[in-house]
This record gives sequence, C-alpha cells and structure tokens, in this order.
Amino acid sequence: MRQEEHPLIGRSLDMPHAPATIRPVEDAARFNLRISPDNLAEASAAWGAILPARIGELASSPGRLAACIGPDEWFLIAPLEEQGAIEAAFSALYAKTIHSLVDVGHREVGIAIEGPAAADVLQSCIAFEVGAMAMNEARRTIIDRVPIILFREAQERFRIEVWHSFSDHVWHLLAGICREYELGV
Amino acid sequence: MLLIHCPYCDATRPEVEFAYGGQAHIARPLDPSSTTDEQWRDHLYIRVNPRGIHAERWRHIHGCGRFFNAIRDTVSDKFVTTYKAGEPRPELTEKEGAR
Ligand SMILES: [Zn+2]
Repeated sequence: MRQEEHPLIGRSLDMPHAPATIRPVEDAARFNLRISPDNLAEASAAWGAILPARIGELASSPGRLAACIGPDEWFLIAPLEEQGAIEAAFSALYAKTIHSLVDVGHREVGIAIEGPAAADVLQSCIAFEVGAMAMNEARRTIIDRVPIILFREAQERFRIEVWHSFSDHVWHLLAGICREYELGV
Repeated sequence: MLLIHCPYCDATRPEVEFAYGGQAHIARPLDPSSTTDEQWRDHLYIRVNPRGIHAERWRHIHGCGRFFNAIRDTVSDKFVTTYKAGEPRPELTEKEGAR
C-alpha cells in the first residue's frame, strides 16, 4: 500500500472540548537501523546527529527522531526530502562497517496524541505505566494487542508509530477514548 | 498482572510484552554426529519439569526483542531474578530460592 493511500489520510477529530485529541502525523521517511553498538559513533556520523545508546532513549532534532529500541536496533524518522541523503550516507558507511538500514517508510503511519489527558488516554489500553515514561523516551510495546512504537515527545504529547493494517483499529480505539474523556464518562 | 524485568531494557514490563522460550542453559552437543540416538533425543526433547525453581528463557518480543534468562518459581509464578543471555545461572541464596 502506498503512503498516499493509508487508512488515516484526511482524518481528524472534531472534539474541541476533549482533554486529549489525536491526529495523523504528516508523512516522513522511516528507517530501521541494525548495527553493533560498538559502531554507534560511525552510525551517528552517517545519521548526522548523536544516536542514543540506551534502550528507550529518544533523540530529537527539528523534523527528526532517533530512538534506540533494542540492544542493536534504532528507529529513525526524518523529513522526506532528507531520505536520499541519509540513504547515501549509510550506503557509503557500508563499505567499512557492516549494518542494515531498511526503509520502512511505507509500512507505518504516525498518530499524535496531545493534551493534558494524553497519558491517561493511552493508559486505557497499554499495560505498562505510560505516565512513568520520561520526556524523550521511546518504547516498543502493545496497545490493545497491536504492536507499536510509543514516543513521548513532551509532557502532553505522544506519538504512535503503527503498521497500516492496524492503524484503523488504533485510530477508532483512541478516538472513542478521547470522546469518553470529552464527555467525562 | 505479572511483571517481568528485562535485563536489556533495564525496565519492568507487563507479561503481555514477553514470550516464553523453554528451559535455559541447554548446550547443543559440540559434535552432534558422535552422539547416540538416545543422547540426541535427550538433547532435543527431554526437559526438567521442576516443582519450584526453574531456569528458563524468555524473549522481550514486544519490547527490545532480546532473549534473556529468568529464574522463576513454578509454584508461585514469582520471578526470582532475570539475567542476560550468556551469563551463568546465578547462585541463589537459600532465602531467595525458598518458596
Ligand atoms: Zn527488553
């Protein structure tokens, strides 16, 4: 499925009084990077910014997110217009440092969850303690049996990265919860 | 809800993020072609089934993705400790191992 046709295109919530709302995030380049932690400095040089070393850490710069989600695994998000340059930089790195950089841009969509009740809305269907996440923390986890990556970008702003085929389910799930919060039930 | 500590994430997470991987510390014979049928059968299929302390593999499949090992009490379902793959099975003090 192409990114221009994913299930959440054009969706929005009309809930002006809800203490948390959701919206689809504008399209971006996404990569899954596997590389030995010993070579993290070289990978950071190719990426153009420091890649976090500890699982759960999220490094953000304008338009970019880089999260360490496994012992040798990073999830990278960048503006679409930077995709070619990033691929070229890692391609050059491949000659001396073995790694895998996979374009997963068309696999996922992003959903932003914003507002004072954002953590509570997510907690309704995530088993681990969402409120205990630090700012700039990212974790792979499960939301209502759907695998996602959850980013906490600010106190009241989260981002979910979810596969296309699950995104409709996650959207309606969260929309229903936002509506319950709006109504105070 | 059962909480499990992942030694790679250094975080305690709900059981739904994990998958069970069977008994831990089973070394593959270095020279399989020299084992008897009975030895190979035992390697592949014969497992301990203790009532109490059990060393077992778990995978943080919906988290960091890594396999690690755990000591769990099969009676109480309590996780005594977890440790990284490749590390030796920890010596438990009497108190830790007690049911
Ligand atoms: Zn983990």
